[in-house]
Amino acid sequence: MTQLQVLLFASYADAFGSGAVTVTVPEPATSADVLTALRSLPGGSVLPAAPVLAVDRRYTRGVVPVHAGQEIALIPPVAGG
Amino acid sequence: MIRCAIVTTPIDPAALLAEVTMPATGATTLFIGTVRDVNEGRAVTGIEYSAYTAMALEEMERIAREASLMFDGVRVAVEHRVGLLVLQEISVAIAVAHARRAPAIDAGRFIIEELKRRVPVWKQEHYVDGERVWVDPTATLVPVSAA
Repeated sequence: MTQLQVLLFASYADAFGSGAVTVTVPEPATSADVLTALRSLPGGSVLPAAPVLAVDRRYTRGVVPVHAGQEIALIPPVAGG
Repeated sequence: MIRCAIVTTPIDPAALLAEVTMPATGATTLFIGTVRDVNEGRAVTGIEYSAYTAMALEEMERIAREASLMFDGVRVAVEHRVGLLVLQEISVAIAVAHARRAPAIDAGRFIIEELKRRVPVWKQEHYVDGERVWVDPTATLVPVSAA
């Protein structure tokens, strides 16, 4: 098992009560493991069926490998402009 | 020429125009987004914008580079503001310049549409009654089932 930090913003930060949380995931880990761990935390029920994850400031699609040292962020529906 | 920024102070559209315009550019477009007084039928007093700043900046730069490639090397300056904005304050400004009008106009439209779709910026609307709500543009969309 390994621990990964996940950045949270806007409505997700409100739901989890923090701008970042640490999740414990199997090693090697995938984005799906991160989402499963997040759902088990208080506030995790707010997440939609397919939340958007960014790794190193780029959007991911589908299930991707993740590891410590990467910048992992959960992106709520964006509303800029 | 591409410059993008997330700013915390008022945006100066004239400065963006001056940046992209040069002797060889005969056409410049400027898009300005401002805080509107009513959304979904509710009276708004202001909007608090927040961003994943590092990614928002990179995503804005990716969009601007795509625009420059798609629209014949247009010159682009984009600023998005974060923090609490009151009615009519500028939240986003996009200046695009080119020798001819079509690339300048088309690129400006492309950049604002992609920005709204991709750049990790969020807004919390403040209503007259004191309530505050995160805006979720996807909430009103009807899910499309797989064919």
